[in-house]
Amino acid sequence: MTVTDANPSPLLRIRGLRKSFGSHTVLHDVDLDVPRGGVTVLLGRSGSGKSTLLRCINHLAKPDAGFVELDGEVIGYRPIAASLGKVRRLQELRARELTRQRARIGMVFQQFNLFPHLTVLENLVEAPVALRQASRKEAAATARELLERVGLAGREDAYPKQLSGGQQQRVAIARALALKPDLLLFDEPTSALDPELVGEVLRVIKDLATSGMSMIVVTHEIGFAREVADTVVFIDGGRILESGPPEVVLNGAAHERTRAFLEAVL
Amino acid sequence: MSYTDADLLDARLVAPRRPGRWVSAAITLLLAAMLGHTLLTNRRFQWGVVGQYFTSTSVLDGLKLTLWLTAATMAAGFVLGVVIAYVRLWGSPIPRSFAFGFVWLVRSVPLLVQLLFWYELASLYPQLSFGIPFGPSFGSANTAHLFSGELAAFVTLTLDVAAFSSEIVRGGILSVDRGQSEAAQALGLGRLRTFWRIVLPQAMPAIVPATGNLLIGTLKSTSLVSVIAVVDLLYSVQLIYNADFEIVPLLLVATIWYVILTTLLSVGQYYVERHYSRGNGIKGGAH
Repeated sequence: MTVTDANPSPLLRIRGLRKSFGSHTVLHDVDLDVPRGGVTVLLGRSGSGKSTLLRCINHLAKPDAGFVELDGEVIGYRPIAASLGKVRRLQELRARELTRQRARIGMVFQQFNLFPHLTVLENLVEAPVALRQASRKEAAATARELLERVGLAGREDAYPKQLSGGQQQRVAIARALALKPDLLLFDEPTSALDPELVGEVLRVIKDLATSGMSMIVVTHEIGFAREVADTVVFIDGGRILESGPPEVVLNGAAHERTRAFLEAVL
Repeated sequence: MSYTDADLLDARLVAPRRPGRWVSAAITLLLAAMLGHTLLTNRRFQWGVVGQYFTSTSVLDGLKLTLWLTAATMAAGFVLGVVIAYVRLWGSPIPRSFAFGFVWLVRSVPLLVQLLFWYELASLYPQLSFGIPFGPSFGSANTAHLFSGELAAFVTLTLDVAAFSSEIVRGGILSVDRGQSEAAQALGLGRLRTFWRIVLPQAMPAIVPATGNLLIGTLKSTSLVSVIAVVDLLYSVQLIYNADFEIVPLLLVATIWYVILTTLLSVGQYYVERHYSRGNGIKGGAH
């Protein structure tokens, strides 16, 4: 398993990732590196495959070919070597092992997906306790710190539906952080929000970026990408058309289609 | 008509006239009065006899059996139903088709017929043996001794509740937004915990009313066991009226008990529904 890379040790490596739904191919052999402690923003029109790519990273979607590697560990599969030591098969992991891997990758959804029958605090405590990372008491203490960090101290006992969309999304971010993940995925975190609530969520994500959290963000907020991203990746028709620092991709896009997209959103 | 703004501002706001409401109220009250009148004046209801037997020992014993049979079959059947629903949604292919087949069979055969089958099990399999399938046997028992009327009743009703509750639970689970189990998976919650802690509680608002219905239905279905001579509430009054021919008053004894029990269950259902609606209202919680 030796692939030579320019970047010495990226946190996440994606190679040859392909995914089809029926006869429709959503991802065509995607290669991508995500550095440690950086923010990677995925841009592209709807249906371009951004969300599917994100969901393949924590194995919510199963790729048809290719692999995703986090810190040198293949996600969702165990490489199985034949007699001569060459890996011949990738066997899908059992639920329990998958659970352990997913705990290292936090995810924030467009529709928040908070658990409506649990209070804010219970939403944050559930996973660390289930995974035996912490006792209920320790998990509650961590949860309170996280809620303070996202500006929601004092709302521990509220139910999600009593909160605004922006507040719910901040709870969802805190919930993802409760497992102390190595990588955070954001799937259009502000697309379901009223315009005046977008700012508060983006501010929280920006704070996380400053603190050195590794993140992949699918978004349509070009301003946010310009300000926060270390790398901007433009995806079109299931292929990565270009990637690079925001000032390069956003100001001097090489591809006609990237320029057309940027003109449409700006 | 002429009026000023001041007139309008001073005017009292009153409800509209609803003559239909008075007519319907009068008819309803009249019917209720007629029903009350006939219940009290028709001597053939024999309320005296009803009162005499209402709390007699044999009726109360029958009531006790009806209660434990309902409770036991509901509890065992519902647990089995949750397992079947889980298998049908997430099981591997062969158990899944087995679960489907079970539900199909139980729902296809009338409850009374199933009851008679289990009761007659001894004539189909006189001996039941325990051991390795197709291999040696460790011991055997006489089916007729093992399958008393009460066990046959318990098995039949439990399987019936299992089949119907599995469909109720499955429907409830399908009504929960898929994003919920995705979020739970992304958080690294296991499949069973996701089901038990995240999906099932949210399916409960859909499950509870239908289960209340099933519970009340099961309570009344227990009266079928009177045909295999299990002394439940109905059979206990039948035993009495077979001796003294006071059929109507004794059927009234059973009827009133069934009505009391269903009423209590409906009240219980209200509180269970209220419990599971937490997080859905705007009331409660910190603000």
